[in-house]
Amino acid sequence: MRELRYREALREAMFEEMERDDRVFLMGEEVGHYQGAYKVSEGLLDKYGERRVIDTPIAEAGFAGVGIGAAMVGLRPIIEFMTWNFSFVAFDQIISNAAKVHQMSAGEIQVPIVFRGPNGAAKQVASQHSHSAAPFYTHIPGLYVIQPSTPRDAKGLLKSAIRSNNPVVFLEGETLYGVQGEVPDEGVEELIPIGQSRLARTGTDCTIVTWGRPYYTVLAAAEKLAAEGIECEVIDPRTLRPLDTALMVESVKKTNRCVVVHEHWPYGGPGAEIVDRLQREAFDYLDAPLERVTGLDVPMPYALNLEDKVLPTEGRVIDAVKRVSYSK
Amino acid sequence: MAKIIGLPKLSPTMEEGTLVAWVKKEGDEVDVDDLLAEVETDKATMEFRSFDRGVLLKILVPEGETLEPDVPVAIIGKAGEDISDLLAQVAETVAGSGSEAVTETEAGTAPVSAAVPVSASVPASVSAPVSESVPEAVTTPGGRILSSPLVRRLARERSIDLSVVRGSGPQGRIVKRDVDSYDASSVGFAAVGAERLPPRVAKASSMRRTIARRLTESKQTVPHYYLTIDVDIAPLAEARQAINAELEVAGKKVSLNDLIIKAAAVALRRVPEVNASWMGKEIHFHQVVDISIAVAVDEGLMTPVLRDADRKGVAQIADEVRELAGRARDKQLTPEEMTNGTFSISNLGMFGIEEFTAVINPPEGAILAVGTIRNEPVVEDGAIVPGRRMRFTMSCDHRIIDGATGAKFMAAFKRIVESPLNMLI
Repeated sequence: MRELRYREALREAMFEEMERDDRVFLMGEEVGHYQGAYKVSEGLLDKYGERRVIDTPIAEAGFAGVGIGAAMVGLRPIIEFMTWNFSFVAFDQIISNAAKVHQMSAGEIQVPIVFRGPNGAAKQVASQHSHSAAPFYTHIPGLYVIQPSTPRDAKGLLKSAIRSNNPVVFLEGETLYGVQGEVPDEGVEELIPIGQSRLARTGTDCTIVTWGRPYYTVLAAAEKLAAEGIECEVIDPRTLRPLDTALMVESVKKTNRCVVVHEHWPYGGPGAEIVDRLQREAFDYLDAPLERVTGLDVPMPYALNLEDKVLPTEGRVIDAVKRVSYSK
Repeated sequence: MAKIIGLPKLSPTMEEGTLVAWVKKEGDEVDVDDLLAEVETDKATMEFRSFDRGVLLKILVPEGETLEPDVPVAIIGKAGEDISDLLAQVAETVAGSGSEAVTETEAGTAPVSAAVPVSASVPASVSAPVSESVPEAVTTPGGRILSSPLVRRLARERSIDLSVVRGSGPQGRIVKRDVDSYDASSVGFAAVGAERLPPRVAKASSMRRTIARRLTESKQTVPHYYLTIDVDIAPLAEARQAINAELEVAGKKVSLNDLIIKAAAVALRRVPEVNASWMGKEIHFHQVVDISIAVAVDEGLMTPVLRDADRKGVAQIADEVRELAGRARDKQLTPEEMTNGTFSISNLGMFGIEEFTAVINPPEGAILAVGTIRNEPVVEDGAIVPGRRMRFTMSCDHRIIDGATGAKFMAAFKRIVESPLNMLI
């Protein structure tokens, strides 16, 4: 298998799907002539032209709405938000229209649309531009929410998202775009099903559920813990809604403990949802309280030393694993 | 010297009580056993009586307040005494640890202790002596064993008594590795070098303390003696079958124990000297037959009273006993339902116990201990035949029931059991 960067994997997914289906088109700020704010859409304009790669004004509510309308009449738009922070001005379009039209039309009208873009903190972009948007969108029945951690998952899941007849919120990561990882060779098509967790590391002592940027923090922490004799099993849900807990439950039955690590704030959201489900589905197997390592419950500070403290750190992950393992 | 009075635990399951009304006012004289206040518990509104003599110097909580046991509610002392130190102590307690109220004002003196009648015949207001101090070597609040859900499942599966496993988790929580090492250490010789654990210290519940106090009192002050009789139980078992056949239409059933209660009640009518209580300078010969039934409950036992057992049919006895026992197990009995029995019956037959001697439940004069049914050969008219036998042992208070009187009762009881038609006479 070859290695690709996360942004290249996403780009390939869009190329392949636009090639396969001429109803697929990309719309957003700087996606065309500038080749994408984060170069995810590089080369798409040259290949598919201005009719299918559309630069928009800075008007998220407008182009999100145009995309939803296009989806309702049979096209398959990909809407890129320059970051998910800017989706908040299009919140009403996503929640009240994209997520509702199928139900309100009694199933007559489907909205096969993908909203995608980078999510979460980058580096010193301060409180207004560091949101982890997963809790906002996972709250909404009618939306799929996907947050891939690796290039392979990014490609396979974006392809599935584009082919899905439901509106999909696709959360990428500015700090993940440069991450390299294995992706199936050219010509080998891989569709990763929406709503399926992935076992990222096997272990016997503690289950860690994580996704997005902290995925890499956790893998590094797991190596350090392994050096101390604590073998962690790491599970990446990949899709946050619908949430697949089967693998997690199976793992917790083996390890008897679990730490959930995520970037979003601790109040509610998929992290709290996972803990809620595990305590019910694996109650008789728990040897310790379920713990979470989260982004701290504050607006993101600008100062780098403080930002590093707010995001989940290796140290906090290691401490939590040791706490639930009753190990000093 | 003035002392802080805490809210007493007025029922075995009382976790909090509402101070409904103060009967005494600040400045009132208080004598031992005077009604201080009324407290509503999970069961009923109970009397909160004083264990001390003096003047009610200060009321610390207003009416309507809901409190945990032992929370300071008043200060009693001599008129005009300076109580500023005690008030400061109370303020500190309230500000400090919340429910962990001050329970001791003088070394070794719990201001108020459990006043719970677990069993019959003790008026609700009678309580432990003032000086009874309760060792508070608490491990977990309420004696609860802290353990993880996994450990509770493993304990069920492996039949491990968690009370003997020492927990190594936070607050002594028993976690998986503790059960695993306990498993290893319980495999006899394999456990070389296994840790020898000290006893697990659990707080005695209020019910347990009351049982301890009352039974010690009984065994120390009541001169017990015991009469055992062996009875052919086949006729009563046959009677039971016949009765149950009749009751089948109504969907009811009586147990052998219900018939034994009835037989004992009839026998008490025939030998009424046994249905009596030693009351110090008087003997009370009871004119009713109220039978206390010993019921095992979680962490202890209770003795609900079946009133007028002599006048009730066995179907009604069966209904009432089942209902009382159920509520005893749910700790739903009112104090009235547990007091003023005249005779007790305790049955351990279901555990295969052949015979045993029970401790009298004062001021009742006697208790009948019921064993299991034994199928064994008996000699009848010079031939060995299969027999169904049962042994009954009555513990008697010799102050009121002499040997011959007790024996007379046992003989009457045997006659009734061996010929149940006797009950109709």
